[in-house]
Amino acid sequence: MSIRELFKKKSKEENHTIPSMKSKNDVPEGIMTKCPECKFVILTKDLMKNAKVCPECQHHYKMTAQERIEHLLDAESFESMDDHLKTENPLDFPSYTEKVQADSEATGLNEAVLTGVGTIQGKQVAVAIMDAHFRMGSMGSVVGEKITRTVEKATQLGIPMLIFSASGGARMQEGVLSLMQMAKVSVALKRHANKGLLFVSIMTYPTTGGVSASFASVGDINLAEPKALIGFAGRRVIEQTVREKLPEDFQTAEFLLSHGQVDAVVHRCDMVDVMDRIIKLHAGKETDRA
Amino acid sequence: MSKTLAFEEPIVKLREKISELEEYTTVNDVDLSTEIVNLKSRLAKLEKDIYENMEPWDRVQVARHPMRPTTTDYIQYLFEDFIELHGDRNFGDDEAIVGGIASFDQMPITVIGHQRGKDTKENVRRNFGMPHPEGYRKALRLMKQAEKFNRPIICFIDTKGAYPGKAAEERGQSEAIARNLVEMAGLKVPVISIVIGEGGSGGALALGVANHIHMLENSTYSVISPEGAASILWKDPKLAKQAAEAMKITAPDLKEMNIIDEIIPEVLGGAHRDANQQAIEIRDTLRRSLKTLFELSSEALIDARYEKFRNIGVFSE
Repeated sequence: MSIRELFKKKSKEENHTIPSMKSKNDVPEGIMTKCPECKFVILTKDLMKNAKVCPECQHHYKMTAQERIEHLLDAESFESMDDHLKTENPLDFPSYTEKVQADSEATGLNEAVLTGVGTIQGKQVAVAIMDAHFRMGSMGSVVGEKITRTVEKATQLGIPMLIFSASGGARMQEGVLSLMQMAKVSVALKRHANKGLLFVSIMTYPTTGGVSASFASVGDINLAEPKALIGFAGRRVIEQTVREKLPEDFQTAEFLLSHGQVDAVVHRCDMVDVMDRIIKLHAGKETDRA
Repeated sequence: MSKTLAFEEPIVKLREKISELEEYTTVNDVDLSTEIVNLKSRLAKLEKDIYENMEPWDRVQVARHPMRPTTTDYIQYLFEDFIELHGDRNFGDDEAIVGGIASFDQMPITVIGHQRGKDTKENVRRNFGMPHPEGYRKALRLMKQAEKFNRPIICFIDTKGAYPGKAAEERGQSEAIARNLVEMAGLKVPVISIVIGEGGSGGALALGVANHIHMLENSTYSVISPEGAASILWKDPKLAKQAAEAMKITAPDLKEMNIIDEIIPEVLGGAHRDANQQAIEIRDTLRRSLKTLFELSSEALIDARYEKFRNIGVFSE
């Protein structure tokens, strides 16, 4: 290759990498999405049609709470609850209020969970959908309160309760108050169970720490999305404790399935159908076993 | 006792000085009694000053003191006819949790608690008081047994947390803790939990869904250890002292947040100075607690537990 050719090629490439203002405007931001697993590039529009699952490698992208509602519930059926609850700063942590505020603006949620009542194939359910885009989906007082109120609503209406978990665990900035939210949701779930009512837990990426160690693990039926990270302690903490390398699939949905911790791993595209069947099979008269 | 904590150093120095003087008077036949009396009254004042104004980090040190009384110590002092009951009937016996039946004031009770070791050998056996799932499942088995025989349940909380290990994850650490939270909510008998040392995270809460929660004055109860909080929040575990303050983990903090019922006063300088005396303090609180709870029906006990946890949380509407 001559020196001349070398220069020629470079100038050609430059033409490609600097788009004109016109072409920039033609292709709006985010029209294409690249799969973080297999690098497959797909039109974002098509990705959304496929429930945010990569058609190449079946990677399940993280969903926002609103996307989950749209995918799961019958159109226009969802009525949200408790969007007015507001997080306080009980331990006076510097910049905590600002961080929550910023995430609230970015996600359009008041906190890391969206709750309410809606229908799946015409059958009424109460749902709590956690959103990992909001403070890692961590659970503070408002998250605990919103989920508890939804469980109480489900108990009161005698309908199934579904919780889609996506959480890094407890909200550190609320200290022991966040720990106690685990107990708060649990006492409400016990009342729900005593009425003979159904609770289905669906673990999505990620379900760890205090959320994993409370409501997420005690569904009448525990489901998980493929490859979802699920576990009590963080991988790094465990590696430091036991001083050995952990298997590749450690703390994945499939790992939990093989260790008897979940009932089934359900592909997102099958979720509505599976939910529909589960709810149908539990549609008997409620019983009081308190 | 053997181990001196950093904040106690002025006291130890003064004590050493007094004993030096005392030795000097006996050996040299010089009368320094007025000086010694003066120093002793200064010591009493200093002790009072220091021990009554302990910082959160000082309390963390006391709560972790190697000689601090553990569950088995208090079982010995508080109860009679204790019989330890082992195993979860599924996998094994986790010695990080001790449980059994005994009598308290002639009344049968079930007692369950985290169990640290006092020396390295015992700590290895008891996994430093950090339970595996089978520990929590043993605890739940004994709670259900207590419910069947209508015995009150007394839990002692004293753990850094549930063990973060490979086997623990494989056997469902999350589920074991979560199951206890839900099942404790439904127990038809009085449940009293007392934090006697460190109350670390979900691993502590799994013995903590009680009608009454009490804390020894120098115990802590938190969502994460001060070291863990410092490394997550500020990426530096050396800031643990600041984290201990910021996280509000002491008994007075939890009392102020309305999470616990009573602060059980400690012997001056910490429970390790007089385990017997400390047990007497605990006994008084236990008696009071049980008396109140015995007035409630099974249903009322469950409802009261519900209300207790239902109301925890700080937010605005």
